[in-house]
Amino acid sequence: MKLVYFAWVRERVGKTDEQVALPEGIETVADLVRWLKGRGEEYEYAFENEGIVRAAVDHVHVKPEARIAGAHEIAFFPPMTGG
Amino acid sequence: MAVNIRIQAEPFDTAGETAALTRGRVDIGAVVAFTGLCRDEGGRLMALELEHYPGMAEAEIGRIADEAQARWPLLGLTVIHRFGRIVPGEEIVLVLTASAHRQAAFEAASFLMDYLKTHAPFWKREHLKDGTAGAWIEAKEADDRAAERWR
Repeated sequence: MKLVYFAWVRERVGKTDEQVALPEGIETVADLVRWLKGRGEEYEYAFENEGIVRAAVDHVHVKPEARIAGAHEIAFFPPMTGG
Repeated sequence: MAVNIRIQAEPFDTAGETAALTRGRVDIGAVVAFTGLCRDEGGRLMALELEHYPGMAEAEIGRIADEAQARWPLLGLTVIHRFGRIVPGEEIVLVLTASAHRQAAFEAASFLMDYLKTHAPFWKREHLKDGTAGAWIEAKEADDRAAERWR
């Protein structure tokens, strides 16, 4: 599964994207965030304020409870400030 | 219906885009154009840097455009959003809506901008005149409220 990061989430994680092999039991976006936070302090920092970082599964906005089975690309980013 | 969605680094020409939207059409009675510009924040700002999520930006703006078409009787729609480095005075975003009558065009343009600001995956960062790479701009609660009113 490919993970991509944008704006200050990208800067805090320290990479634009990565391929990950998820262990059993990671079923939702919230599970994935919990797992990522256990991988190192850069992830801990990026996701320190739960509820701030947004997620998209295959280019569609999703909520933390969204299931991720079958997803190709999951993105994490701050609230959007375009326009 | 003519839907034109573009994500680009280059500047755009509002008058030229409006002409392209209405060329050869005799059914359009109203075109509303909204252009968002980069301001200098009282002389503090040297440039904005706009990051975006390629692929999702086009997809999300397409979904917002679909919603606008479902809600209003539009005859044409153009959305252009720039990315990269943009200096004060330059344009950032263009929304054009065409309809037979003005109300649909006004409301659809307003809806599109409210949703672009809160749903299209773009992020702005400030570069300041004093040479510092400034902070990422924080999302405004007022923008969330503006989008909420369309629900």
